[in-house]
Amino acid sequence: MAIAAVLWGVAAYFALAVLAVATSRAPGASRLIYAGCIAVSLGILGVAAGELLGGPAVPSAITLPVGLPWIGAHFRLDALAAYFLIVVNLGAAGASLYALGYGQHETAPERVLPFYPAFLAGMNLVLVAADAFSFLVAWEFMSLSSWALVVSHHREPENTRAGTIYILMAMFGTLALLLAFGLLSGPTGAYAFDEIRGARHADWLPGLVLMLMLIGAGSKAGLAPLHVWLPLAHPAAPSHVSALMSGVMTKVAIYGFIRIVFDLLGPPAWWWSIPVIGLGAATAVLGVLYATVERDLKRLLAYSTVENVGIIFVGLGLALAFKANGMAGAAALALTAALLHVLNHSFFKSLLFFGSGAVLTATGERDIERLGGLIHPMPQTAFLVLGGCLAISALPPLNGFVSEWLLFQAVLLSPNLPQWGLKLIVPAAGAMLALGAALSAACFVRAFGIAFLGRPRSPQAAAARETDPVSRAAMGLLLAACLAAGILPGFIIDAMAPVVQAQIGAHMPEQSTNAWLSIVPIAESRSSYNGLLVFLFIALSALVAAEAIHRLASRALRRAPAWDCGYPEPSPAAQYTADSFSQPIRRVFGEFAFLAREKVDMPPPGDARPARLHVSTHDLIWDGLYAPLAGAIQFAANRLNVLQFMTIRQYLSLVFVALVALLFIIAIWP
Amino acid sequence: MGKFALDLAHMLAGGLVLVSFMLLYQDRMSGLLRVFALHAVVLSASVAWQAYAQGAPHLYITAAIALVLKAIIIPLALDRMVVRLGVHRSIDAVGGIGPTMLLGIGLVALSMTVMLRAAADADPLAREDLAFALSVVLLGMLMMVTRRNAVSQVVGFMSLENGLILAATGARGMPLVVEISVAFSVLIAFIVIGVFLFRIRERFDTVDVGALDEYRGGNQ
Repeated sequence: MAIAAVLWGVAAYFALAVLAVATSRAPGASRLIYAGCIAVSLGILGVAAGELLGGPAVPSAITLPVGLPWIGAHFRLDALAAYFLIVVNLGAAGASLYALGYGQHETAPERVLPFYPAFLAGMNLVLVAADAFSFLVAWEFMSLSSWALVVSHHREPENTRAGTIYILMAMFGTLALLLAFGLLSGPTGAYAFDEIRGARHADWLPGLVLMLMLIGAGSKAGLAPLHVWLPLAHPAAPSHVSALMSGVMTKVAIYGFIRIVFDLLGPPAWWWSIPVIGLGAATAVLGVLYATVERDLKRLLAYSTVENVGIIFVGLGLALAFKANGMAGAAALALTAALLHVLNHSFFKSLLFFGSGAVLTATGERDIERLGGLIHPMPQTAFLVLGGCLAISALPPLNGFVSEWLLFQAVLLSPNLPQWGLKLIVPAAGAMLALGAALSAACFVRAFGIAFLGRPRSPQAAAARETDPVSRAAMGLLLAACLAAGILPGFIIDAMAPVVQAQIGAHMPEQSTNAWLSIVPIAESRSSYNGLLVFLFIALSALVAAEAIHRLASRALRRAPAWDCGYPEPSPAAQYTADSFSQPIRRVFGEFAFLAREKVDMPPPGDARPARLHVSTHDLIWDGLYAPLAGAIQFAANRLNVLQFMTIRQYLSLVFVALVALLFIIAIWP
Repeated sequence: MGKFALDLAHMLAGGLVLVSFMLLYQDRMSGLLRVFALHAVVLSASVAWQAYAQGAPHLYITAAIALVLKAIIIPLALDRMVVRLGVHRSIDAVGGIGPTMLLGIGLVALSMTVMLRAAADADPLAREDLAFALSVVLLGMLMMVTRRNAVSQVVGFMSLENGLILAATGARGMPLVVEISVAFSVLIAFIVIGVFLFRIRERFDTVDVGALDEYRGGNQ
């Protein structure tokens, strides 16, 4: 039975975690554990793929006699869970392969190895849990084990702070989920998903549950304004774990949102889509704006994750809007786009985090202002990262383009919606997505250009060496996956048809039978895209152009200094910097998005000191929402601190006064 | 028999409340311990009368335990302890005796109001008993709150325990095992507190619990 196989896989992960505790200091332990993780993840991947592609129509389910007494722990493997299991275990296999090489550089393997398989086990368990209790336990286990990985390098104060903020936000999110499940289960305690699905809810309940899910799943996925922990926590972990947290764990949160809002909550109302689309669009633009002005390579990638989560949520919101209005075909298109972007983002974000890990190992630097010229010492890594940057910038023929294009096709169907509110909001959200896509291209041009091109900006960057072949193999496989998903999206879309069918009641028309492997979301007359032809055209024209240049141009090779625009300045500081590259964008959007202010400090004539340009930015969400909240909590904690330092007699008095007060209430109760 | 039994039970329980008030206004340690012995004697009489009135012979054992342990052994032991500690003269009360007594009267009124309403449809014997027992418990707590000296806090705690036993016997149906275990738990608590007192004395040369606070950190 498929579900039993998945649970055995989870048990194998736990066994690996225990083994890691026992052997983590032994030489070769890291290879053993990561190789074990690859094997287990490929096993679960196979089971889930078999279930999704050729599985029986009835999902396999199992109830184990653990957990809550008389209820047990329910597990179920349906199409949605199988799809996300594929996403998670593909990411896990990639990260484990990368870690076979990267893990050798780990300074404290005993802090990483035991938690890594446990983290994978937690994510897998969330996906197959089929009652509220198991879901929450697995969810919390996932949060805690990833927290342990975030603080694995706890000597750096920045990481400790990131861990604290992360665990606070994770607890807050779980609280929201707990309340949501409490509302769904009702007073009778019907915790199993099957019972929740069959129950009839009061009219006010689904809206409240939706808000709680936006908080609970949204805080884990990185939806604004609950994203603040993400750019702190994801970069703090070792790079392969960063890749998992960014590429995969945010997807588990999206799975939770889909599971509850689409599957358990019953038929949607049209207004549900408004907060989802609005928050998604705002998150997308905000995330990419932050990414564009960020200097830390891994934080830049984390902010870009925030952007992509926003894109996925816009897709989910559109699916809700179309589903509520009975437009099943359009809803299936929007949900397919969102789910495809889930898969695509896990590919290219993992690839880019692996690349940043390779750069970090080679140079010890995450600040792109101190990198530069890495394409010479690390040509293969540079090529692979360039591929990832192209994919995440949504350039055809890679996979990022396909899912975003499908999403825009869904946006273009919005004039058919009956509600005027949606008719106005959806195109606005589409415009914001387009802005986000353009800014994201700018952001990754900047990231790649500053880090890999030009001349080294620091001795560390100049001394970089190419990373190990296993890491490069992992990146290469992911780039191949990006390309394959980009030129053959029809097969993936067909494979996820049962997932969409289960949530919407319809699925996109079959794609793999189209001529030349085109994808046609609605009708041939409207729009179609053919990744294969685009790829062939690009490849052929590039080959022809290269051939022509080599044939026609002079073969004399002349090496000249880079950036040598007429005046060979020996200092690398004369190059374009990351800040100068993002300055136009900061000037246009930063004025209101971060209250960015520039001040030029120009010395008077005759003064020999250099002129300086000061830029000040503010994180409005942090200053406006989190800082006052933290201040209020600090204030209350200081007031309540008195309670910690009372005499025995005063404590007794408190008990006594409380007792007398309660008795008094009973006495005067009418 | 019925009327008389009720009246006598009331008188004994009311006597217990009265002795609790006596505990509150003692200003000497030796006097306090003697009144506490009296408290236990009245409790024992009350329990014995309940045993007779309810025809529940196992309550006699409870009464005997109360008499032997609480009226004789514990006061004697505490007396020895107090003399050895040299604190038999002073009682360090918080707030004056007068206001404390007034507060105690208020507490008795409160417990009467609560219990007579809460147990309105219960057996009158049990009802009045519970009301008195709650008064004794509250007065015991009041005593613990208003005394600085550890020995008088112990006495307050024991009188609170007496109130609990009174309530339990009035509720008819507390099994013997429970009563015995309660009695022994009190004895053990007493031993622990006694040991603890000597430890405090050894270290701080006083049994005033306020001295402990000086040795704690924080913003005292």
